[in-house]
Amino acid sequence: MDTPAIVPVTAPAPAVTPEQVWDWLGQVPDPEIPVISVVDLGIVRAVVFDAAAGEWVVTITPTYSGCPAMAVIAEDVQAALKAHGLARVRIDSRLSPAWTTDWMSDAGRAALKGYGIAPPVQQVIDISGLANGVGRHAIRAPQVACPHCGSNHTRLTSQFGSTPCKALYQCLDCREPFDYFKCH
Amino acid sequence: MDARFDYLLRQGDNALILSQQLSQLCGKGPALEEDMALTNVALDLLGQTRMWLTYAGEVEGAGRDEDRLAYLRDVRAFRNCLLVEQPNGDYAQVMVRQFFFDTWHYFLMRALLASSDRRIAEIAEKSIKEVTYHLRRSGDLVVRLGDGTEASHARMQAAVDALWTYTGEFFVYDEVERAMLAQGVAPAPDALRAAFLQHVGEVFEEATLRMPDPEAYMQRGGKQGRHGERLGYLLAEMQFLQRAYPGAEW
Repeated sequence: MDTPAIVPVTAPAPAVTPEQVWDWLGQVPDPEIPVISVVDLGIVRAVVFDAAAGEWVVTITPTYSGCPAMAVIAEDVQAALKAHGLARVRIDSRLSPAWTTDWMSDAGRAALKGYGIAPPVQQVIDISGLANGVGRHAIRAPQVACPHCGSNHTRLTSQFGSTPCKALYQCLDCREPFDYFKCH
Repeated sequence: MDARFDYLLRQGDNALILSQQLSQLCGKGPALEEDMALTNVALDLLGQTRMWLTYAGEVEGAGRDEDRLAYLRDVRAFRNCLLVEQPNGDYAQVMVRQFFFDTWHYFLMRALLASSDRRIAEIAEKSIKEVTYHLRRSGDLVVRLGDGTEASHARMQAAVDALWTYTGEFFVYDEVERAMLAQGVAPAPDALRAAFLQHVGEVFEEATLRMPDPEAYMQRGGKQGRHGERLGYLLAEMQFLQRAYPGAEW
């Protein structure tokens, strides 16, 4: 009787490139705004393979410091990469440079608009903004186009909305209220 | 006690206690937008608390994480300034307390961007954008309510006069802050005080509110753990779960 050939139980993992991992992460939706991925949102800052530790390291940056979605995002990233066969994934959090809406992709901005949330229209919030004062006339609410009818005839109703990243606006033409993803 | 640990507790405890106070207003705001804004600010401050207390626990090196520092310290171990433990009161008191804190917080975070402690500079960099939004909002409301109706103006002026005595503590440096100043970690108090007074003065002018005397008697002691009676009750509510069911998670 012939001795059966020894077959390895598991085949060696196919080579995975960082680009491939980026692609997979590009399919992980933001838990609060599912039309935009964590990559489009600018949360994923780096993807590297740590050869010494034998694990993939995904570096993410928090959007707002208290945003409860961050814990969910870390779990979702882990789960998504595991589903693609990456057994060992580490999530690192990085504070600096601080997340800014300037990192949001054009695809992400378009997806937000299609979802009914006006995308950020100006550059990152000016932290030296006290030069303009902070009184009644100093809140220069950016001109935001209504995501429903496109009108620029809109007004800020509250700087703080249903999640930390949004402000409340109302369109003065179609009268619809809408969320604005504020600059940060 | 290590000065850096103490300094980090001061930052974390200010954010934690004010966050807890604002959270108590959830569902009670005078308008839906105000309710959401209060809780948004509370959430930002809670996130900042975690960054400060996590780092404090690492500096201490005794195995205490952010949760143990928040939930298992007693009142005398808290290092928040007296302003943030003042009662919510009416909406004028809520907004004036917030405006005083935001103004100081803003100038402190801006200065800490240049801290010699890299981690502190990073936390300040993360916080400053949120704090800028907070200050814009509270400054705007101080103007609207101060230069509003006769009734709102009177309430705002009463709140200003009542809370002013708690604004001096920010700028009185003790050995902890002097040590941090010497190491390039913390900014000098006089620069912060001048910026604070100037900004408050400008906003009050627009708000038609009377600026109290900057040289008036100022309360102090919170930073060293000498608090008003009220903080104990606040902690009793905030810490109840972890005290009753140690280590509980969900």
